[in-house]
Amino acid sequence: MNKRNMLLNKIRKYDFAIKELNLYLDTHPNCRRALALFDKYRNIKKAAEDEYVQNFGPIVPEQSSDPQHWSWIDDPWPWERS
Amino acid sequence: MWQYEKKLQYPVNIKNPNPKLAMAILTQVGGPDGELSASLRYLNQRFAMPYSEVKGILTDIGTEELAHVEIVSAIVYQLTRNLTMEEIKESGFDTYFVDHTTGIYPIAASGTPFTAAYFQCKGDVITDLHEDMAAEQKARTTYDNILRLADDPDVRDPIKFLREREIVHFQRFGEALRITQDNLDSRNFYACNPAFDKNCGKRK
Repeated sequence: MNKRNMLLNKIRKYDFAIKELNLYLDTHPNCRRALALFDKYRNIKKAAEDEYVQNFGPIVPEQSSDPQHWSWIDDPWPWERS
Repeated sequence: MWQYEKKLQYPVNIKNPNPKLAMAILTQVGGPDGELSASLRYLNQRFAMPYSEVKGILTDIGTEELAHVEIVSAIVYQLTRNLTMEEIKESGFDTYFVDHTTGIYPIAASGTPFTAAYFQCKGDVITDLHEDMAAEQKARTTYDNILRLADDPDVRDPIKFLREREIVHFQRFGEALRITQDNLDSRNFYACNPAFDKNCGKRK
């Protein structure tokens, strides 16, 4: 697997933990253990996402930073096999 | 508001096309128990919800369902690439092809186009949460049936992920229903509708 997909899978794993904790916290809003885990995964994810954006382009349009080219539209899009 | 993130919630990488299977799986985009009806059901129902936990869970599950529409659409897209005219005719995909070529159009496996009649928004938190729990189980059964039809591990893997999500969502909606009942009169949950009747569920 290439570096782009490896990094993307890492982000997806953290996203998954964050989404699961998000849904759990919606119905258990005072669970301290889940709140601490949410904070933990949010921080780890940020580091992985920063590395991805720097090397492979934006995940949300605001992360486009090249002054010569609007990299948001660059292939591949998520539904395309890569 | 919403913002698109340029990644799939779960990866889809399908090597071999299979237009016949694609037509069956498309039902989870535009069919009666598909992801599109799930998303619209929850995102519409949330406005009448009286409790913050329930507003939150409907917003967040409704948003996740949009990501599932994208995953199922990606599966159908990848299953219908590089088809020859012979494959299209022999597989029975010709009936879809004639109207949509290989575009992704929200219909059920039987061909019925997507309709809002697939879901309800009753404006009653107990009623709506029961529908939501049933909807998650119906989607789970549909994924079970897709797993009976699909041999390709590249297809089965993301379908298994989506099937598991139905079970987690069912669990969270069950908790939302418990929270709702805890807020109502334990002798008669149906004494009033907290989305409509004033002072419903408030202690006098």
